[in-house]
Amino acid sequence: MIELQGINKTYGTRSGPNHVLRDVNLTVEHGERVGILGRNGAGKSTLIRLISGAEFPSSGHIHRGMSVSWPLAFGGAFQGSLSGFDNLRFICRIYGVDPADKVDFVEEFSELGNYLREPVKSYSSGMRARLAFAISMVIEFDCFLIDEIIAVGDARFHEKCNRELFVKRADRAMIIVSHDAAYIREHCTRAAVLVNGELHHPASLDEAFDFYQESTARKAIAS
Amino acid sequence: MNGRDSGASVRPGIGRSWAIQQRVIHALVLREMLTRYGRHNIGFLWLFVEPMLFTVGVTILWTATKSVHGSDLPIVAFALTGYSSVLLWRNMPSRTIGALTPNLSLLYHRNVRPIDIYLSRLILEGAGATMSFVFLALAFGFAGWLQPPEDVLQITGGWLMLAWFGASLALFLGALSETSEIVEKLWHPMAYFLFPLSGAAFLVDALPQAAQKYMLYLPMVHGVEYIREGYFGSQITAHYDMTYMGLINAVLTLIGFAQVSKISRTVIPE
Repeated sequence: MIELQGINKTYGTRSGPNHVLRDVNLTVEHGERVGILGRNGAGKSTLIRLISGAEFPSSGHIHRGMSVSWPLAFGGAFQGSLSGFDNLRFICRIYGVDPADKVDFVEEFSELGNYLREPVKSYSSGMRARLAFAISMVIEFDCFLIDEIIAVGDARFHEKCNRELFVKRADRAMIIVSHDAAYIREHCTRAAVLVNGELHHPASLDEAFDFYQESTARKAIAS
Repeated sequence: MNGRDSGASVRPGIGRSWAIQQRVIHALVLREMLTRYGRHNIGFLWLFVEPMLFTVGVTILWTATKSVHGSDLPIVAFALTGYSSVLLWRNMPSRTIGALTPNLSLLYHRNVRPIDIYLSRLILEGAGATMSFVFLALAFGFAGWLQPPEDVLQITGGWLMLAWFGASLALFLGALSETSEIVEKLWHPMAYFLFPLSGAAFLVDALPQAAQKYMLYLPMVHGVEYIREGYFGSQITAHYDMTYMGLINAVLTLIGFAQVSKISRTVIPE
């Protein structure tokens, strides 16, 4: 189980403290798929970084009762001057996995062929994303954190990613943050809505979408 | 957890934490070697060839200009012990200042902490300077330009003290540079001016009595003097107080770790 209790996060800015998250509570059980809806700047990425442990809350407590991934779908963490395989080996070493077992999978899945031996800086953004996704699937976790839609490459590759993540790992917990209600509806069993740093927990998926739509509309009128 | 917990630990204990940290630092060292030196030409050999070139260059320069250093020691021996020592402690802060910025994306991996990034760089820097010193001492020795050292253990002790000094200073300045850009700006002139004062280019004994007192406020002078006594023994009169140096090192280590832990709580992965 993952449990967030009374999480606050404040960043110091030039114009004073910026309160990004306010008293956020969230519980995710084994195998549960939770979507977190929010507009741009609602604090989604901050929340997912806090859950992953890459950043610390200003106050509140986070309990991780299962292994939690890094926030997937970020194309980064790649050293441009290193090859795709070098980057794979680095990730494997950090997580204590033997890279030799994973080379074939990444080669097959990313469809990058000999490019895996070239520096990542020579990749197109699509190739980078394919490498990032393939490497993400090399380390196994009980809970995957997914930041925004993993829209990688063409429709066929997209389908392949969905199968790898959502079908083959159907038993894992997932926390997906997105501004796209349709994506959350497709993959989640429960949704929460992040508005102005506050996390709301509507009773059902449908209520969550209505609430999200309303909050978005209100925002549009207010501005 | 069915073996699924591949290092993405749930709640590591102290022993487990240490195992993870070793793994992470090992991975970072290998990564740093590849990004810094690559696989082209002599690759990671640059790690010690580069400092060797510096030391050899300074040795040639000092020999050619017949530098005054206030003793009867051969200039080669003087340059080797002096310049190697400078490279050891001075390059460490240069490598940690601003070290986080290009590595911010690594912090997305929970087990990679700023201290690991710093330590991996310090290990590489220390290893490079040490290999350069040892290889050159051996080479000059075989060439007959240098007598074998009198007390290898004392040299090792002095070398480790200098490495400790460099590493603690590097942790402090590296972490401080994340909160203030002035650190990077000031470090370059500071490193430049500290070189002639560091004891690398003179023996304390050759200075006027009044100057000796002030010179010995600088901790690295003690380390260099200690190393030189280990190397040349009775040929020189060394001035040092290793307790003083140890004390300074300990204080620097303490504030260094404090500063690293402070930025570790606020750094934002990119």
